Amino acid sequence: MLAVSHFSAVLLFATFASVVFGITQRTNPKAMVKYGLYCWAMFVGIVIAASWLMWFIRR
Amino acid sequence: MASKVQVSARLEEKSPGLPYAAFILGWLVPGLGHVLTRHWIRAALLFASITSMFTLGIMMQGKLYQANVGDVLEMLGFAGDLGGGALYILSRVMDLGHGAVQVATADYGTKFIVVAGLLNVISAVDAHNLRIGRKPAC
Repeated sequence: MLAVSHFSAVLLFATFASVVFGITQRTNPKAMVKYGLYCWAMFVGIVIAASWLMWFIRR
Repeated sequence: MASKVQVSARLEEKSPGLPYAAFILGWLVPGLGHVLTRHWIRAALLFASITSMFTLGIMMQGKLYQANVGDVLEMLGFAGDLGGGALYILSRVMDLGHGAVQVATADYGTKFIVVAGLLNVISAVDAHNLRIGRKPAC
């Protein structure tokens, strides 16, 4: 059994999904890498932003 | 400007054999459709990403949905899981993916499995587009 933390799960999810999005949604390798990194930053960034938002709501 | 007839003729020229072979193989084994179109690195990356995601989902004690006609969410979950192709079939044969309600992160595992299946479908469609020439091969 594998027990990962919530944040580790987010990082794993973002990494695998971004690789697939990058490859499938763009045509040339350079654009694939750029789009993959963009997706990864969006996945992780939005999770962190939403987490802080929920922390402030709770206060 | 190329007419519709010219474009469809060009698409047919670029897809020898079965036009849906890349889609079917890509669905069965993640990345295999891209092997057919000779995109080796993309195939390896897709295989590694989708297989890892699916395997991690199983390891987190995620649930594998079964064919059902009950709850809509269960049916959608099954549709997502089925996108995993051979990974799903193999896991069912090995009797994996029963889910553990007492483990907090097991629900993440269930989502990992569903999303891995959906990503595999996207990847298979991409392989099909490369095969028929709808997406330019670089």
